[in-house]
Amino acid sequence: MSIVMQGAPPATRSRGRVSAARLRELGGRAGQVALALAFPAAILTAWHFATAGATYSLVPPPAEVARAFWDLAFGGINDDAFSQTLLTHVLASVGRVLGGFGLAVLVALPLGLLIGRVPFVRQMLDPTLQLLRPIPVTAWLPLAMILFGIGPRSAFFLVFLGAFYPILINTVFGVRAVETRLFEAASMLGCKGPAQFSRVVLPASLPAIFTGLRLGLGFAWVVIVIGEMTGVQTGLGAIIMEARQLSRTEIVIAGMIAIGALGFISDRLVMLLGRRLLSWSPNHV
Amino acid sequence: MSEPTIPILEMRNVSKNFDFSGQRIQALAGANLTVRKGEFICLIGASGCGKSTLLRIAAGFEQPTSGEALMWGKPINGPDPSRGMVFQDYGLFPWLSVRGNIGFGLAARGRPKAEIQDTVSRYVDMVGLGKFADAYPHQLSGGMKQRVAIARVLANDAEVVLMDEPFGALDAMTRDRLQDELLELWASTSLTVLFVTHSIEEAVFLSDRVVAMSPGPGRIDSELLLDLPRPRDVSSPTFNAIRSDLNQRLHSHHARKAA
Repeated sequence: MSIVMQGAPPATRSRGRVSAARLRELGGRAGQVALALAFPAAILTAWHFATAGATYSLVPPPAEVARAFWDLAFGGINDDAFSQTLLTHVLASVGRVLGGFGLAVLVALPLGLLIGRVPFVRQMLDPTLQLLRPIPVTAWLPLAMILFGIGPRSAFFLVFLGAFYPILINTVFGVRAVETRLFEAASMLGCKGPAQFSRVVLPASLPAIFTGLRLGLGFAWVVIVIGEMTGVQTGLGAIIMEARQLSRTEIVIAGMIAIGALGFISDRLVMLLGRRLLSWSPNHV
Repeated sequence: MSEPTIPILEMRNVSKNFDFSGQRIQALAGANLTVRKGEFICLIGASGCGKSTLLRIAAGFEQPTSGEALMWGKPINGPDPSRGMVFQDYGLFPWLSVRGNIGFGLAARGRPKAEIQDTVSRYVDMVGLGKFADAYPHQLSGGMKQRVAIARVLANDAEVVLMDEPFGALDAMTRDRLQDELLELWASTSLTVLFVTHSIEEAVFLSDRVVAMSPGPGRIDSELLLDLPRPRDVSSPTFNAIRSDLNQRLHSHHARKAA
Protein backbone atom coordinates (compact mmCIF):
# COMPACT_ATOMS: atom_id res chain seq x y z
CA MET A 1 0.00 0.00 0.00
CA SER A 2 1.89 3.02 -1.09
CA ILE A 3 0.37 6.42 -1.18
CA VAL A 4 1.99 8.85 -3.52
CA MET A 5 3.53 11.44 -1.21
CA GLN A 6 5.52 13.54 -3.61
CA GLY A 7 6.44 16.84 -2.05
CA ALA A 8 5.16 16.01 1.43
CA PRO A 9 4.48 19.42 2.97
CA PRO A 10 7.21 20.76 5.24
CA ALA A 11 6.08 22.40 8.48
CA THR A 12 6.64 25.91 7.17
CA ARG A 13 3.92 25.69 4.56
CA SER A 14 0.69 27.54 5.11
CA ARG A 15 -2.48 25.76 6.14
CA GLY A 16 -4.18 26.36 2.85
CA ARG A 17 -1.40 24.77 0.88
CA VAL A 18 -1.22 21.82 3.24
CA SER A 19 -4.89 21.06 2.68
CA ALA A 20 -4.36 21.48 -1.04
CA ALA A 21 -1.62 18.88 -0.82
CA ARG A 22 -3.92 16.54 1.07
CA LEU A 23 -6.58 17.07 -1.55
CA ARG A 24 -4.10 16.12 -4.22
CA GLU A 25 -3.20 13.06 -2.20
CA LEU A 26 -6.85 12.02 -1.90
CA GLY A 27 -7.30 12.69 -5.59
CA GLY A 28 -4.27 10.51 -6.22
CA ARG A 29 -5.82 7.65 -4.28
CA ALA A 30 -9.11 7.94 -6.15
CA GLY A 31 -7.10 8.02 -9.36
CA GLN A 32 -5.36 4.80 -8.41
CA VAL A 33 -8.68 3.06 -7.73
CA ALA A 34 -10.08 4.35 -11.00
CA LEU A 35 -7.01 3.11 -12.85
CA ALA A 36 -7.30 -0.34 -11.28
CA LEU A 37 -10.98 -0.53 -12.31
CA ALA A 38 -10.49 0.74 -15.86
CA PHE A 39 -8.96 -2.45 -17.18
CA PRO A 40 -11.64 -4.92 -16.01
CA ALA A 41 -14.32 -2.43 -17.11
CA ALA A 42 -12.82 -2.39 -20.59
CA ILE A 43 -12.78 -6.19 -20.70
CA LEU A 44 -16.39 -6.38 -19.53
CA THR A 45 -17.42 -3.88 -22.19
CA ALA A 46 -15.58 -5.72 -24.93
CA TRP A 47 -17.06 -9.00 -23.72
CA HIS A 48 -20.54 -7.49 -23.68
CA PHE A 49 -20.38 -6.10 -27.20
CA ALA A 50 -18.82 -9.27 -28.58
CA THR A 51 -21.53 -11.54 -27.20
CA ALA A 52 -24.77 -9.63 -26.38
CA GLY A 53 -27.34 -9.57 -29.12
CA ALA A 54 -25.49 -12.14 -31.19
CA THR A 55 -27.98 -14.70 -32.45
CA TYR A 56 -25.72 -17.59 -31.70
CA SER A 57 -22.84 -17.28 -29.23
CA LEU A 58 -21.04 -20.06 -27.36
CA VAL A 59 -19.90 -17.54 -24.78
CA PRO A 60 -22.76 -15.99 -22.78
CA PRO A 61 -22.77 -12.20 -22.29
CA PRO A 62 -21.76 -10.80 -18.90
CA ALA A 63 -25.35 -9.98 -17.88
CA GLU A 64 -26.33 -13.60 -18.30
CA VAL A 65 -23.36 -14.72 -16.19
CA ALA A 66 -24.40 -12.24 -13.51
CA ARG A 67 -27.96 -13.65 -13.55
CA ALA A 68 -26.57 -17.20 -13.35
CA PHE A 69 -24.37 -16.20 -10.43
CA TRP A 70 -27.33 -14.65 -8.60
CA ASP A 71 -29.44 -17.74 -9.22
CA LEU A 72 -26.59 -19.97 -8.12
CA ALA A 73 -26.27 -18.01 -4.91
CA PHE A 74 -29.87 -17.11 -4.03
CA GLY A 75 -32.17 -18.92 -6.51
CA GLY A 76 -35.48 -17.47 -7.68
CA ILE A 77 -34.60 -17.05 -11.36
CA ASN A 78 -34.19 -20.43 -13.05
CA ASP A 79 -35.21 -22.73 -10.21
CA ASP A 80 -33.28 -25.69 -11.57
CA ALA A 81 -30.79 -28.12 -10.07
CA PHE A 82 -28.15 -25.42 -9.81
CA SER A 83 -30.26 -22.80 -8.05
CA GLN A 84 -29.25 -21.78 -4.55
CA THR A 85 -26.45 -24.38 -4.38
CA LEU A 86 -23.47 -22.01 -4.32
CA LEU A 87 -23.05 -22.09 -0.55
CA THR A 88 -22.97 -25.90 -0.49
CA HIS A 89 -20.31 -26.04 -3.18
CA VAL A 90 -18.28 -23.22 -1.67
CA LEU A 91 -18.30 -24.87 1.74
CA ALA A 92 -17.27 -28.20 0.23
CA SER A 93 -14.36 -26.68 -1.68
CA VAL A 94 -13.25 -24.41 1.16
CA GLY A 95 -13.35 -27.39 3.52
CA ARG A 96 -11.11 -29.45 1.25
CA VAL A 97 -8.74 -26.57 0.57
CA LEU A 98 -8.39 -25.72 4.25
CA GLY A 99 -8.08 -29.39 5.22
CA GLY A 100 -5.46 -30.24 2.59
CA PHE A 101 -3.63 -26.98 3.14
CA GLY A 102 -3.73 -27.38 6.92
CA LEU A 103 -2.35 -30.90 6.68
CA ALA A 104 0.36 -29.65 4.32
CA VAL A 105 1.34 -26.99 6.87
CA LEU A 106 1.40 -29.54 9.67
CA VAL A 107 3.72 -31.84 7.72
CA ALA A 108 5.82 -29.45 5.61
CA LEU A 109 6.59 -26.91 8.32
CA PRO A 110 8.26 -29.20 10.90
CA LEU A 111 9.85 -31.21 8.10
CA GLY A 112 11.26 -28.03 6.55
CA LEU A 113 12.66 -26.88 9.89
CA LEU A 114 14.37 -30.26 10.37
CA ILE A 115 15.70 -30.51 6.80
CA GLY A 116 17.03 -26.98 7.03
CA ARG A 117 18.71 -27.43 10.40
CA VAL A 118 19.62 -31.09 10.88
CA PRO A 119 22.16 -32.45 8.34
CA PHE A 120 21.15 -36.06 9.04
CA VAL A 121 17.51 -35.43 8.13
CA ARG A 122 18.53 -33.38 5.11
CA GLN A 123 20.81 -36.14 3.78
CA MET A 124 18.14 -38.75 4.34
CA LEU A 125 15.07 -37.01 2.89
CA ASP A 126 16.15 -34.22 0.60
CA PRO A 127 17.19 -36.34 -2.45
CA THR A 128 13.88 -38.23 -2.46
CA LEU A 129 11.82 -35.09 -2.06
CA GLN A 130 13.72 -33.36 -4.84
CA LEU A 131 13.13 -36.33 -7.16
CA LEU A 132 9.40 -36.30 -6.49
CA ARG A 133 9.10 -32.53 -6.83
CA PRO A 134 9.13 -32.22 -10.66
CA ILE A 135 6.10 -34.53 -10.94
CA PRO A 136 3.11 -32.25 -11.60
CA VAL A 137 0.31 -32.59 -9.10
CA THR A 138 -2.10 -33.39 -11.93
CA ALA A 139 -0.02 -36.45 -12.84
CA TRP A 140 -0.83 -37.83 -9.41
CA LEU A 141 -4.57 -37.82 -10.14
CA PRO A 142 -4.92 -41.37 -11.52
CA LEU A 143 -2.76 -42.82 -8.75
CA ALA A 144 -4.62 -40.77 -6.15
CA MET A 145 -7.91 -42.21 -7.38
CA ILE A 146 -6.51 -45.74 -7.04
CA LEU A 147 -5.11 -45.06 -3.58
CA PHE A 148 -7.94 -43.00 -2.17
CA GLY A 149 -10.88 -43.95 -4.36
CA ILE A 150 -12.90 -41.76 -6.67
CA GLY A 151 -14.22 -38.93 -4.59
CA PRO A 152 -13.36 -36.13 -2.21
CA ARG A 153 -10.48 -37.95 -0.57
CA SER A 154 -8.47 -37.81 -3.79
CA ALA A 155 -9.15 -34.09 -4.07
CA PHE A 156 -8.03 -33.65 -0.50
CA PHE A 157 -4.80 -35.53 -1.22
CA LEU A 158 -4.06 -33.47 -4.33
CA VAL A 159 -4.58 -30.23 -2.44
CA PHE A 160 -2.22 -31.47 0.23
CA LEU A 161 0.40 -32.33 -2.37
CA GLY A 162 -0.03 -29.02 -4.20
CA ALA A 163 0.46 -26.97 -1.04
CA PHE A 164 3.17 -29.19 0.43
CA TYR A 165 6.15 -28.31 -1.78
CA PRO A 166 5.92 -24.52 -1.78
CA ILE A 167 5.68 -24.54 2.02
CA LEU A 168 8.48 -27.07 2.42
CA ILE A 169 10.90 -25.40 0.02
CA ASN A 170 10.40 -21.91 1.40
CA THR A 171 10.72 -23.14 4.97
CA VAL A 172 14.00 -24.92 4.18
CA PHE A 173 15.25 -21.80 2.42
CA GLY A 174 14.24 -19.60 5.36
CA VAL A 175 15.94 -21.85 7.89
CA ARG A 176 19.16 -22.08 5.93
CA ALA A 177 19.27 -18.29 5.56
CA VAL A 178 19.26 -17.66 9.33
CA GLU A 179 22.49 -15.92 10.29
CA THR A 180 24.96 -18.05 12.27
CA ARG A 181 25.37 -15.04 14.55
CA LEU A 182 21.85 -15.51 15.91
CA PHE A 183 22.59 -19.10 16.91
CA GLU A 184 25.78 -17.94 18.62
CA ALA A 185 23.87 -15.20 20.41
CA ALA A 186 21.18 -17.65 21.52
CA SER A 187 23.65 -20.23 22.79
CA MET A 188 25.71 -17.77 24.81
CA LEU A 189 22.44 -16.58 26.39
CA GLY A 190 21.66 -20.13 27.47
CA CYS A 191 19.37 -21.30 24.66
CA LYS A 192 20.91 -24.42 23.14
CA GLY A 193 20.01 -27.53 21.17
CA PRO A 194 16.36 -28.27 20.35
CA ALA A 195 15.19 -25.17 22.27
CA GLN A 196 16.64 -23.09 19.42
CA PHE A 197 13.95 -24.44 17.06
CA SER A 198 11.13 -22.55 18.70
CA ARG A 199 13.12 -19.55 19.93
CA VAL A 200 15.40 -18.86 16.96
CA VAL A 201 14.83 -21.04 13.88
CA LEU A 202 11.06 -20.62 13.63
CA PRO A 203 10.78 -16.86 14.22
CA ALA A 204 13.84 -16.08 12.10
CA SER A 205 12.51 -18.00 9.11
CA LEU A 206 8.92 -16.78 9.48
CA PRO A 207 9.11 -14.28 6.58
CA ALA A 208 10.15 -17.05 4.16
CA ILE A 209 7.59 -19.41 5.66
CA PHE A 210 4.83 -16.90 4.97
CA THR A 211 5.90 -16.64 1.36
CA GLY A 212 5.56 -20.42 1.23
CA LEU A 213 2.12 -20.32 2.85
CA ARG A 214 0.84 -17.81 0.30
CA LEU A 215 2.21 -19.80 -2.62
CA GLY A 216 0.91 -23.05 -1.14
CA LEU A 217 -2.58 -21.69 -0.65
CA GLY A 218 -2.57 -20.40 -4.22
CA PHE A 219 -1.65 -23.86 -5.49
CA ALA A 220 -4.30 -25.41 -3.27
CA TRP A 221 -6.98 -23.42 -5.13
CA VAL A 222 -5.53 -24.42 -8.49
CA VAL A 223 -5.49 -28.07 -7.58
CA ILE A 224 -8.90 -28.28 -5.90
CA VAL A 225 -10.68 -27.77 -9.21
CA ILE A 226 -8.77 -30.63 -10.83
CA GLY A 227 -9.39 -32.80 -7.80
CA GLU A 228 -13.12 -32.13 -7.88
CA MET A 229 -13.55 -32.71 -11.59
CA THR A 230 -13.88 -36.49 -11.38
CA GLY A 231 -16.38 -38.38 -9.30
CA VAL A 232 -17.12 -35.67 -6.76
CA GLN A 233 -20.70 -34.48 -6.27
CA THR A 234 -20.07 -31.16 -4.53
CA GLY A 235 -17.48 -28.44 -4.84
CA LEU A 236 -16.81 -25.66 -7.28
CA GLY A 237 -14.76 -27.95 -9.52
CA ALA A 238 -17.66 -30.41 -9.64
CA ILE A 239 -20.20 -27.73 -10.51
CA ILE A 240 -18.00 -26.39 -13.32
CA MET A 241 -17.61 -29.90 -14.75
CA GLU A 242 -21.34 -30.64 -14.49
CA ALA A 243 -22.31 -27.32 -16.08
CA ARG A 244 -19.87 -27.95 -18.92
CA GLN A 245 -21.50 -31.29 -19.67
CA LEU A 246 -24.89 -29.57 -19.76
CA SER A 247 -23.49 -26.73 -21.89
CA ARG A 248 -24.40 -24.23 -19.17
CA THR A 249 -21.38 -22.02 -19.89
CA GLU A 250 -22.75 -19.12 -17.83
CA ILE A 251 -22.57 -21.37 -14.76
CA VAL A 252 -19.05 -22.46 -15.70
CA ILE A 253 -18.00 -18.80 -15.71
CA ALA A 254 -19.91 -18.08 -12.49
CA GLY A 255 -18.00 -20.95 -10.85
CA MET A 256 -14.71 -19.56 -12.13
CA ILE A 257 -15.52 -16.18 -10.64
CA ALA A 258 -16.36 -17.80 -7.29
CA ILE A 259 -13.01 -19.61 -7.23
CA GLY A 260 -11.17 -16.42 -8.11
CA ALA A 261 -12.91 -14.51 -5.33
CA LEU A 262 -12.28 -17.22 -2.72
CA GLY A 263 -8.63 -17.53 -3.70
CA PHE A 264 -8.23 -13.77 -3.44
CA ILE A 265 -9.92 -13.60 -0.04
CA SER A 266 -7.89 -16.46 1.42
CA ASP A 267 -4.67 -14.88 0.15
CA ARG A 268 -5.63 -11.60 1.81
CA LEU A 269 -6.32 -13.38 5.09
CA VAL A 270 -2.89 -15.01 5.06
CA MET A 271 -1.36 -11.63 4.21
CA LEU A 272 -3.15 -9.94 7.10
CA LEU A 273 -1.96 -12.64 9.49
CA GLY A 274 1.55 -12.24 8.08
CA ARG A 275 1.49 -8.49 8.63
CA ARG A 276 0.53 -9.00 12.25
CA LEU A 277 3.18 -11.63 12.91
CA LEU A 278 5.90 -9.94 10.88
CA SER A 279 5.48 -6.36 12.00
CA TRP A 280 9.08 -6.55 13.23
CA SER A 281 10.46 -7.17 9.78
CA PRO A 282 11.50 -4.05 7.85
CA ASN A 283 11.27 -5.73 4.45
CA HIS A 284 7.98 -7.52 4.75
CA VAL A 285 4.77 -5.92 3.55
CA MET B 1 42.39 -23.09 47.89
CA SER B 2 40.73 -19.75 48.48
CA GLU B 3 38.72 -18.31 45.63
CA PRO B 4 40.69 -15.13 44.85
CA THR B 5 43.77 -17.12 43.89
CA ILE B 6 41.95 -18.82 41.01
CA PRO B 7 41.67 -16.55 37.94
CA ILE B 8 38.19 -16.12 36.48
CA LEU B 9 39.59 -16.88 33.02
CA GLU B 10 42.78 -18.58 32.08
CA MET B 11 44.30 -19.48 28.72
CA ARG B 12 47.11 -22.00 29.00
CA ASN B 13 49.27 -22.33 25.92
CA VAL B 14 46.23 -22.10 23.65
CA SER B 15 46.71 -22.75 19.92
CA LYS B 16 44.08 -22.80 17.22
CA ASN B 17 44.37 -24.05 13.65
CA PHE B 18 41.77 -23.62 10.94
CA ASP B 19 41.58 -25.56 7.70
CA PHE B 20 40.74 -23.50 4.66
CA SER B 21 40.22 -25.81 1.66
CA GLY B 22 43.05 -28.12 2.65
CA GLN B 23 45.34 -25.31 3.78
CA ARG B 24 46.15 -25.20 7.45
CA ILE B 25 46.19 -21.76 8.97
CA GLN B 26 47.48 -21.17 12.46
CA ALA B 27 45.29 -18.46 13.91
CA LEU B 28 46.72 -18.62 17.38
CA ALA B 29 50.01 -20.02 18.65
CA GLY B 30 50.60 -20.76 22.32
CA ALA B 31 48.67 -17.91 23.90
CA ASN B 32 48.81 -17.51 27.68
CA LEU B 33 46.48 -15.13 29.44
CA THR B 34 45.24 -14.82 32.99
CA VAL B 35 42.23 -12.68 33.80
CA ARG B 36 41.34 -11.84 37.40
CA LYS B 37 37.81 -11.07 38.51
CA GLY B 38 36.90 -7.43 38.00
CA GLU B 39 39.65 -6.69 35.51
CA PHE B 40 39.09 -4.70 32.33
CA ILE B 41 41.42 -6.09 29.69
CA CYS B 42 41.84 -5.01 26.09
CA LEU B 43 43.23 -7.29 23.41
CA ILE B 44 44.78 -5.20 20.68
CA GLY B 45 46.57 -5.92 17.43
CA ALA B 46 46.36 -5.80 13.65
CA SER B 47 43.84 -7.94 11.86
CA GLY B 48 44.83 -11.59 11.73
CA CYS B 49 46.59 -11.47 15.10
CA GLY B 50 44.14 -13.94 16.61
CA LYS B 51 42.47 -11.56 19.05
CA SER B 52 38.97 -12.47 17.93
CA THR B 53 39.88 -16.17 17.89
CA LEU B 54 41.09 -15.89 21.47
CA LEU B 55 37.84 -14.18 22.43
CA ARG B 56 35.74 -16.83 20.67
CA ILE B 57 37.65 -19.56 22.50
CA ALA B 58 36.95 -17.80 25.78
CA ALA B 59 33.27 -17.64 24.81
CA GLY B 60 33.23 -21.34 23.98
CA PHE B 61 32.32 -20.88 20.31
CA GLU B 62 35.64 -22.45 19.32
CA GLN B 63 37.62 -25.22 20.98
CA PRO B 64 41.41 -24.80 21.16
CA THR B 65 43.40 -27.18 18.94
CA SER B 66 45.83 -27.56 21.83
CA GLY B 67 46.15 -26.01 25.25
CA GLU B 68 43.47 -25.25 27.79
CA ALA B 69 40.80 -22.58 28.23
CA LEU B 70 39.55 -22.42 31.80
CA MET B 71 36.94 -20.49 33.73
CA TRP B 72 37.32 -20.62 37.51
CA GLY B 73 39.80 -23.43 36.87
CA LYS B 74 37.32 -25.60 34.93
CA PRO B 75 37.55 -26.28 31.19
CA ILE B 76 35.27 -24.22 28.94
CA ASN B 77 33.10 -26.63 26.99
CA GLY B 78 30.91 -24.39 24.87
CA PRO B 79 28.99 -21.15 25.31
CA ASP B 80 27.50 -20.32 28.69
CA PRO B 81 25.44 -17.44 30.11
CA SER B 82 28.23 -16.71 32.61
CA ARG B 83 30.31 -15.47 29.66
CA GLY B 84 28.23 -13.00 27.67
CA MET B 85 29.35 -11.94 24.22
CA VAL B 86 28.79 -8.56 22.59
CA PHE B 87 29.30 -8.72 18.82
CA GLN B 88 30.33 -5.89 16.52
CA ASP B 89 27.27 -6.60 14.35
CA TYR B 90 25.03 -6.71 17.46
CA GLY B 91 23.45 -10.14 16.86
CA LEU B 92 20.08 -8.94 18.14
CA PHE B 93 16.96 -10.98 17.40
CA PRO B 94 15.09 -8.88 14.84
CA TRP B 95 11.68 -10.35 15.75
CA LEU B 96 11.96 -9.35 19.40
CA SER B 97 11.51 -5.88 20.85
CA VAL B 98 14.17 -4.27 23.05
CA ARG B 99 12.44 -5.86 26.03
CA GLY B 100 12.25 -9.24 24.32
CA ASN B 101 15.92 -9.17 23.42
CA ILE B 102 16.99 -8.25 26.93
CA GLY B 103 14.75 -10.95 28.42
CA PHE B 104 15.68 -13.62 25.87
CA GLY B 105 18.20 -15.46 28.04
CA LEU B 106 16.02 -15.41 31.13
CA ALA B 107 13.00 -16.66 29.17
CA ALA B 108 15.07 -19.39 27.50
CA ARG B 109 16.24 -20.53 30.90
CA GLY B 110 12.65 -20.72 32.13
CA ARG B 111 12.72 -17.99 34.75
CA PRO B 112 9.32 -16.90 36.14
CA LYS B 113 7.55 -14.14 34.18
CA ALA B 114 7.49 -11.66 37.05
CA GLU B 115 11.22 -11.99 37.58
CA ILE B 116 11.90 -11.52 33.87
CA GLN B 117 9.76 -8.39 33.75
CA ASP B 118 11.50 -6.90 36.77
CA THR B 119 14.99 -7.63 35.52
CA VAL B 120 14.24 -6.45 31.99
CA SER B 121 12.80 -3.14 33.22
CA ARG B 122 15.82 -2.57 35.40
CA TYR B 123 18.25 -3.09 32.51
CA VAL B 124 16.15 -1.14 30.03
CA ASP B 125 16.48 1.82 32.40
CA MET B 126 20.14 1.15 33.09
CA VAL B 127 21.04 1.56 29.43
CA GLY B 128 18.65 4.48 29.01
CA LEU B 129 16.26 2.90 26.51
CA GLY B 130 13.01 3.46 28.43
CA LYS B 131 11.36 5.24 25.51
CA PHE B 132 12.37 2.51 23.09
CA ALA B 133 11.50 -0.50 25.22
CA ASP B 134 8.93 -1.76 22.69
CA ALA B 135 10.84 -0.83 19.53
CA TYR B 136 12.25 -3.48 17.23
CA PRO B 137 15.98 -3.61 16.37
CA HIS B 138 15.51 -2.21 12.86
CA GLN B 139 14.02 0.93 14.40
CA LEU B 140 17.12 1.60 16.55
CA SER B 141 20.38 3.39 15.83
CA GLY B 142 23.67 1.49 16.02
CA GLY B 143 24.45 2.90 19.46
CA MET B 144 21.04 1.87 20.79
CA LYS B 145 21.42 -1.62 19.35
CA GLN B 146 24.74 -2.03 21.11
CA ARG B 147 23.20 -0.85 24.38
CA VAL B 148 20.57 -3.57 24.01
CA ALA B 149 23.30 -6.14 23.29
CA ILE B 150 25.16 -5.12 26.45
CA ALA B 151 21.99 -5.06 28.55
CA ARG B 152 21.00 -8.53 27.39
CA VAL B 153 24.21 -10.17 28.60
CA LEU B 154 24.10 -8.27 31.89
CA ALA B 155 20.45 -9.17 32.48
CA ASN B 156 21.47 -12.78 31.95
CA ASP B 157 23.91 -12.68 34.93
CA ALA B 158 27.11 -12.68 32.89
CA GLU B 159 30.22 -12.61 35.09
CA VAL B 160 32.51 -11.99 32.15
CA VAL B 161 31.58 -9.76 29.24
CA LEU B 162 33.46 -10.60 26.05
CA MET B 163 33.35 -7.75 23.56
CA ASP B 164 34.46 -8.15 19.95
CA GLU B 165 35.17 -4.66 18.59
CA PRO B 166 31.74 -3.66 19.90
CA PHE B 167 32.04 0.02 19.01
CA GLY B 168 33.87 -0.50 15.73
CA ALA B 169 30.83 0.22 13.56
CA LEU B 170 29.69 3.32 15.45
CA ASP B 171 30.36 6.98 14.72
CA ALA B 172 32.99 8.72 16.86
CA MET B 173 30.58 10.59 19.12
CA THR B 174 28.40 7.58 19.87
CA ARG B 175 31.53 5.57 20.43
CA ASP B 176 32.85 8.02 23.05
CA ARG B 177 29.53 8.03 24.84
CA LEU B 178 29.26 4.26 24.91
CA GLN B 179 32.83 3.97 26.19
CA ASP B 180 31.91 6.24 29.11
CA GLU B 181 28.72 4.31 29.77
CA LEU B 182 30.54 0.99 29.66
CA LEU B 183 33.12 2.20 32.19
CA GLU B 184 30.31 3.42 34.45
CA LEU B 185 28.58 0.04 34.27
CA TRP B 186 31.85 -1.75 34.90
CA ALA B 187 32.72 0.45 37.87
CA SER B 188 29.30 0.00 39.47
CA THR B 189 29.30 -3.80 39.16
CA SER B 190 31.76 -6.61 39.69
CA LEU B 191 32.01 -7.29 35.97
CA THR B 192 35.08 -8.63 34.26
CA VAL B 193 35.57 -7.36 30.72
CA LEU B 194 37.65 -8.79 27.90
CA PHE B 195 37.53 -6.28 25.09
CA VAL B 196 38.91 -6.70 21.56
CA THR B 197 39.80 -3.54 19.68
CA HIS B 198 42.19 -2.30 17.04
CA SER B 199 42.12 1.25 18.36
CA ILE B 200 45.06 2.11 20.60
CA GLU B 201 43.27 5.10 22.05
CA GLU B 202 40.25 2.97 22.95
CA ALA B 203 42.47 0.40 24.65
CA VAL B 204 44.35 2.98 26.71
CA PHE B 205 41.15 4.81 27.61
CA LEU B 206 39.31 1.71 28.80
CA SER B 207 41.55 -0.92 30.26
CA ASP B 208 43.50 -1.92 33.34
CA ARG B 209 45.75 -4.00 31.18
CA VAL B 210 46.45 -3.99 27.47
CA VAL B 211 47.43 -7.25 25.81
CA ALA B 212 49.25 -6.61 22.55
CA MET B 213 49.05 -9.31 19.90
CA SER B 214 50.71 -9.75 16.53
CA PRO B 215 49.87 -11.78 13.44
CA GLY B 216 51.46 -14.61 11.47
CA PRO B 217 50.81 -16.81 13.47
CA GLY B 218 48.67 -14.93 15.98
CA ARG B 219 50.27 -14.66 19.39
CA ILE B 220 50.49 -12.52 22.49
CA ASP B 221 53.56 -10.26 22.45
CA SER B 222 53.42 -8.19 25.55
CA GLU B 223 51.20 -6.89 28.28
CA LEU B 224 51.03 -3.36 29.55
CA LEU B 225 49.63 -2.55 32.97
CA LEU B 226 47.81 0.78 33.10
CA ASP B 227 47.22 2.30 36.49
CA LEU B 228 46.08 5.69 35.30
CA PRO B 229 43.31 7.20 37.39
CA ARG B 230 39.83 7.32 35.84
CA PRO B 231 38.20 9.11 34.17
CA ARG B 232 41.16 9.31 31.86
CA ASP B 233 41.94 12.41 29.89
CA VAL B 234 42.83 11.45 26.34
CA SER B 235 44.70 14.74 25.86
CA SER B 236 46.92 14.47 28.93
CA PRO B 237 50.69 13.99 28.43
CA THR B 238 50.71 10.69 30.35
CA PHE B 239 47.94 9.32 28.17
CA ASN B 240 49.79 10.35 25.05
CA ALA B 241 53.06 8.86 26.28
CA ILE B 242 51.36 5.51 26.84
CA ARG B 243 49.62 5.73 23.52
CA SER B 244 52.83 6.29 21.60
CA ASP B 245 54.63 3.58 23.56
CA LEU B 246 51.91 1.13 22.61
CA ASN B 247 51.93 2.39 19.06
CA GLN B 248 55.64 1.70 18.85
CA ARG B 249 55.28 -1.78 20.25
CA LEU B 250 52.60 -2.69 17.73
CA HIS B 251 54.56 -1.20 14.86
CA SER B 252 57.84 -2.82 15.80
CA HIS B 253 56.08 -6.16 15.21
CA HIS B 254 55.26 -5.06 11.73
CA ALA B 255 58.87 -4.10 11.17
CA ARG B 256 60.10 -7.42 12.54
CA LYS B 257 57.65 -9.33 10.42
CA ALA B 258 58.73 -7.47 7.30
CA ALA B 259 62.43 -8.11 8.01
